[in-house]
Amino acid sequence: METTFDFSTITQWFNNLLLGWGLQPWLVTTIECVLVGVGLLLLYALLALFYIYFERKVCAAFQCRLGPNRVGPLGLLQSFADMFKILIKELIHLKNIDRFLFALAPYLVIIASMMAFSVLPWGPGLQIVDFNIGIFFLIAVSSIGVLGILLAGWSSNNKFTLIGAMRSGAQMISYELSIGLSVITMVAFAGTMNVEEIVLAQDNLWFIFSGHVPAIIAFIIYIIAGTAETNRGPFDLPEAESELTAGYHTEYSGIHFGFFYLAEYLNLFIVAGVASLLFFGGWMPLHIPGFDGFNHIMNYIPGVVWFIGKAVVISFVIIWFKWTFPRLRIDQLLTLEWKYLLPINLFNLALMVMIVVCGWYVHW
Amino acid sequence: MATIKEDIAARFPKATFDEADVLLINIPDDQLHELARSLRDDFGYDFLITIVGVDRKDSLGAIYFLSSTTQHTEISFQVTTTDREHPAFESIADLWSIATIYEREIFDFYGIIFLNNPDMRRLFLNIDWKGYPLRKDYDMESNNILSTESERQSDFTNVYTRGADGKIEVAEKAVFKPNDFVVNIGPQHPATHGVLRFRTAVDGEMITKIDVYMGYIHRGIEKLCESLGYPQTLHYTDRMDYFSAHNYHHGLCLCIERAAGIEVPRRAQVIRVIMDELSRIASHCLFFGTYCMDLGATTMLFYTLRVREQILDIMTKTCGARMTFNYDCIGGVMADVDPDFVKDVKALLATLPANLKEYNKLFVGNVIAEGRLENMGNMSREHAIQWGVTGPSGRASGWSCDVRKTHPYAVYNEVQFDEIVMQEGDSMARFKARILEIEQSARIIEQLIDNIPEGEVLAKVPKVLKLPVGHWFQLVEGCRGLFGVYIESDGGTSPVRMKFVTPSLNLAAVVDSITTGNKIADLITIAGSLDYIVPDMDR
Repeated sequence: METTFDFSTITQWFNNLLLGWGLQPWLVTTIECVLVGVGLLLLYALLALFYIYFERKVCAAFQCRLGPNRVGPLGLLQSFADMFKILIKELIHLKNIDRFLFALAPYLVIIASMMAFSVLPWGPGLQIVDFNIGIFFLIAVSSIGVLGILLAGWSSNNKFTLIGAMRSGAQMISYELSIGLSVITMVAFAGTMNVEEIVLAQDNLWFIFSGHVPAIIAFIIYIIAGTAETNRGPFDLPEAESELTAGYHTEYSGIHFGFFYLAEYLNLFIVAGVASLLFFGGWMPLHIPGFDGFNHIMNYIPGVVWFIGKAVVISFVIIWFKWTFPRLRIDQLLTLEWKYLLPINLFNLALMVMIVVCGWYVHW
Repeated sequence: MATIKEDIAARFPKATFDEADVLLINIPDDQLHELARSLRDDFGYDFLITIVGVDRKDSLGAIYFLSSTTQHTEISFQVTTTDREHPAFESIADLWSIATIYEREIFDFYGIIFLNNPDMRRLFLNIDWKGYPLRKDYDMESNNILSTESERQSDFTNVYTRGADGKIEVAEKAVFKPNDFVVNIGPQHPATHGVLRFRTAVDGEMITKIDVYMGYIHRGIEKLCESLGYPQTLHYTDRMDYFSAHNYHHGLCLCIERAAGIEVPRRAQVIRVIMDELSRIASHCLFFGTYCMDLGATTMLFYTLRVREQILDIMTKTCGARMTFNYDCIGGVMADVDPDFVKDVKALLATLPANLKEYNKLFVGNVIAEGRLENMGNMSREHAIQWGVTGPSGRASGWSCDVRKTHPYAVYNEVQFDEIVMQEGDSMARFKARILEIEQSARIIEQLIDNIPEGEVLAKVPKVLKLPVGHWFQLVEGCRGLFGVYIESDGGTSPVRMKFVTPSLNLAAVVDSITTGNKIADLITIAGSLDYIVPDMDR
């Protein structure tokens, strides 16, 4: 680890600099919080734009098309143009709706997604909040999103949105179980809920290798549940276009719709990011025990690149699902969760605990 | 035929007979129901093809066309009334479910009331429409005021019965129950493939009743045809089922040619059949694409559109258009095929098997697709006949109803092909039946493409075409099922009555009965698998 650059030296230096100017500690914290907040927003928006572009290109490749290629080189500016368009769109006011809840819903969704975003480990020392129950916090805040979706569906006073929201509620609450249990399986393996410690524990070998069978099972369940959690195909029932036009966000326009749209893409990144954290070492470079030369070279690639790279690869898989499979029906979706994933998950958790207790994992 | 005629004459002494291409029985209206039941149960005419309303100025009437699903013969009977104020016939909705819809159409156009029909509403026109447009004395100016009010909902329907004193009584009946949660699926909805509206009563996600609401794209084609010359009427057939444009053109041409006694050159006949089959492949390909897209598998659309594009390119070269081809005309086809035609079609046939294999691999074997399609929207053979569901959807229910086999026209009796009949009757069977039909269509084209005879493509046809006095009925196989044409002529240049029997009307009508009890998502699965085209049902 000696060669990887620790970002905390910069933040430490900045903190000391501000304190050195004789500023009050509370003021320093406020300034830092604002700076971090702005950085987070910027990163959030940029990543969402990247994902919109990425998904379009990937889907186009699957469908023997070119995808966006007119705005800017290789169509790179397409998503910027779209985002700009959505910003200048009118927010349509509907009659006979609950104005307050209708306006509140998209903010709930995007806040939940941003809070989950803040826990992700971007690189050594490059993490916004790092505390001992990081993973727990992540699961807790990501559940707020469903509240926003339910509110959106209910307050729109539209039968399609209501059905969409109900489906979404049933789906997300069910699949939260699977996500939670597969995360707990990995927490049991790591022995900590601290995000930083989980990453460091994978210094020698990523969990997916060292945890072998139960880790792989947990990963497969996690990726299925994660796809469902983000309402993406084949689990995109809440906004099943051909059935419910656009589900819970049918009535939204302008930036309010944009919030749902952004949150959906960012949730994709978050799900992929957490998968890379729990199974593929987060920002930790690929280390193969015994191959010191190789490990040394790997360390030269910055942690941020590792993290984003892993997240993008995992999200590619999720996008691949969407553009290949037809959609499930609501009862099939719930059957999959309650009759298959949940029992397998519980069994897998027990298996993992046994492996940890007996020490049958791969030691390095 | 003679024995049936004698049998009927013995049972119904009041019946008179009219020999045409299809035997026509004239029957007084008090014996209508009895005759219909007798024809269905005793003579085996178990399939109600259509009911044609007619207005002969002094009388109004309805002609019922029946077919036998075992003998493949047709028979028809007619009832007339001189009462233009309150014309009423006995309904046969208890014998054939589809009659409910057919009778509503006649009520809509002619104002004939069908007693005991459980749902006597207008079918296509607005409920506040004045008059009955297909009556000969209809005032064309009476409805030309553009309404600025919202369209009224027809939440109530009427049931007419004849009381003890012989007077007609009306009972109002609500379409939905008071506490039903009714979701409007359509008219603007991605899955209805056009402007069709399903008023769907749901209990949670479960469908309890569907009220199909048609007519958003009704253009009155049959009315228009009555004021046009025969060659002009052809152009409207392109605009009903726009994917079966060639097949529908073919059907109408055959009917007019038979009536006028025109011999079509063999080259034109072969070209027509090839075009029909190419249309069928293109149509089924589009079905796969849009159907899979409805189910969320968007990628499939682009795979199937590749084949369709290839066919449309072939059509463009020969017909000059990608849709509404206007290629078949009375006496043959409009122009000879493009010099590249044979080469292009062969290139298409060469790529087809690999593409079909890909569709099978991508979708049919998929576990999610199987879970959603299998045992979904089951339709038995009897059910299909009751509702007159023909075409691939009917054949997937085990009903062999391919007009190309039962009533071969053009050169269909000279080519080898199998009729695809499946027994499952679920959505998956309807999907697979179309894949297999593409193979058979390719087989037909393969046999013909190298043997297009030399010669003329268009027979000599008089500039002003007049048909003799009489009436004719012609069936052909469209891409979605049986397409029928009924022409009645008084010897003039335009028809007195031209009726088009389109398969999509039946396909949309059957949705309610096979969807009830399933989920909203299944409505998309089932309705999609029937593959109706909205302009085809609304006409």
